[in-house]
Amino acid sequence: MIKVTFIEHDGTERSVEAVDGNSLMLAAVSNNVPGIDADCGGCCSCGTCHVYVNEEWIDKLKPMDDDEEDMLDMVDDRRSNSRLACQITVRENLDGLVVTTPEFQF
Amino acid sequence: MADTVTAESSRKPSKWSMVGKNPRTMPLEDIDLSHPGIWEANEHLPFLARLREEAPVHYCRHSAVGSYWSIMKHSDIMAVDTSPAIYSSEPTIGIVDMLPEFDAPSFIAMDPPRHNAQRKVVQPVVAPENLKKLSGTIRRRAAGILDELPVKEEFDWVERVSIDLTTRMLATLFDFPFEDRYKLTYWSDMATAIPGGGVAESYEHRWRAMQECLTCFTELRNERINKPPGNDLLSMLAHGEATRDMPPMEFLGNILLLVVGGNDTTRNSISGGVLALNRFPDEYGKLRRDPSLIPNMVSEIIRWQTPLAYMRRTAKVDTELRGQRIRAGDKVVMWYASGNRDPKMFEQADDFRIDRPNARRHVSFGFGIHRCMGNRLAELQLRILWEEILKRFHRVEVTGEPKRVYSSFINGYTELPVVLHPL
Repeated sequence: MIKVTFIEHDGTERSVEAVDGNSLMLAAVSNNVPGIDADCGGCCSCGTCHVYVNEEWIDKLKPMDDDEEDMLDMVDDRRSNSRLACQITVRENLDGLVVTTPEFQF
Repeated sequence: MADTVTAESSRKPSKWSMVGKNPRTMPLEDIDLSHPGIWEANEHLPFLARLREEAPVHYCRHSAVGSYWSIMKHSDIMAVDTSPAIYSSEPTIGIVDMLPEFDAPSFIAMDPPRHNAQRKVVQPVVAPENLKKLSGTIRRRAAGILDELPVKEEFDWVERVSIDLTTRMLATLFDFPFEDRYKLTYWSDMATAIPGGGVAESYEHRWRAMQECLTCFTELRNERINKPPGNDLLSMLAHGEATRDMPPMEFLGNILLLVVGGNDTTRNSISGGVLALNRFPDEYGKLRRDPSLIPNMVSEIIRWQTPLAYMRRTAKVDTELRGQRIRAGDKVVMWYASGNRDPKMFEQADDFRIDRPNARRHVSFGFGIHRCMGNRLAELQLRILWEEILKRFHRVEVTGEPKRVYSSFINGYTELPVVLHPL
């Protein structure tokens, strides 16, 4: 069982179970976590599943590809720990992952 | 005198028109979606359905605008729209290649990295915190327009509501002189007009209007340059690093992009929503019983209407899609109006259902790096307008046939007669 935690911009925490091999975006959407819009359904083409990955987890993620880089270029309030949740595949090594959702998805 | 001939009367029947032809029996290779006739006549849907089923990646060899590919299915549209390295937005996103002397480039018709740099400059105007500030203004303007409307008496919804509201919004976004705001509507209509289609008489006529637009906006920009940076689009363009030294034609192109992008699209979604609720009266009942459906209805309106019927790309390299060989340089047209009616994606896709669970998956905003910048603003305007309508009127009744735009790009209405029934 893999547990991931989403912290809303106002500090509300929600921990949900994620399915091994699925995206972090799916873990949010299928557990009704607010703050993740995922308009495009998860193909890295809308930029509305933007999350801030808590610093201690950043290095455990696979680096982003050019598509994700381009999409993140468009989002509001991008930071150094910005990622798109649809591009993060949840594996055992991410058990305990913590991300924060922005106040708005663009 | 040639000058007194109106554009309407000068439109000749075109040999390319498919109006009145049978969409079921016509040879596949003869189907040409680019000609505006079937769109104006509201005969386009059966043609879209036929191609989606029988030739989802379709090659039209002969048309008034040359040869082009049509992409009909939702999933293929997503694939093309998210592959900018294969399907370029340059040189232009309309089916017609512009003559170089009439070319006004803008970031919608650019690839990375130039696209990203220029888009970033103007994006803050529709950033969430700015929209929060704008929502009060939108509500006041919507309420003001609705309170002035005649009741129990026929009038044109397009002119009195759809155009007025979007034009006021646009003037606000540009901080454009409010009393001159009708000019924005005029330039927007001219920018997308097909010569001879009722708005522009000729390419030269259209070009003169564009020159006026450029002159006016250049003066405004020069004023803004000398003032501290503000929160309006013009000030952002004037002060932004990637945009402040734009050559005149590129400046014009970006102004037109923002004017058309914020005008025709929302205008036709405002009209389309009224029409859809009248065509599907059970949905109107559902809406009255549960106004919390408004946000989802807004997505459904944008899907059902699809105010921009397509976007064009140009293949950069030889490639293959659904077994069809597309060659470098070929025009590739993604028919959003078809993707949004794809039954593989949307159950009973031609029906308007305000509680459709996946309405948000429509492709009207496009996908990927060119995804509509103003999408949240458009949704906000529609949501507020419908909230205010429901506070005042039991029904906005469509009392006659709408007149549609002569265009295969702008999928919308020039007239929609209605009568208001107050609560």
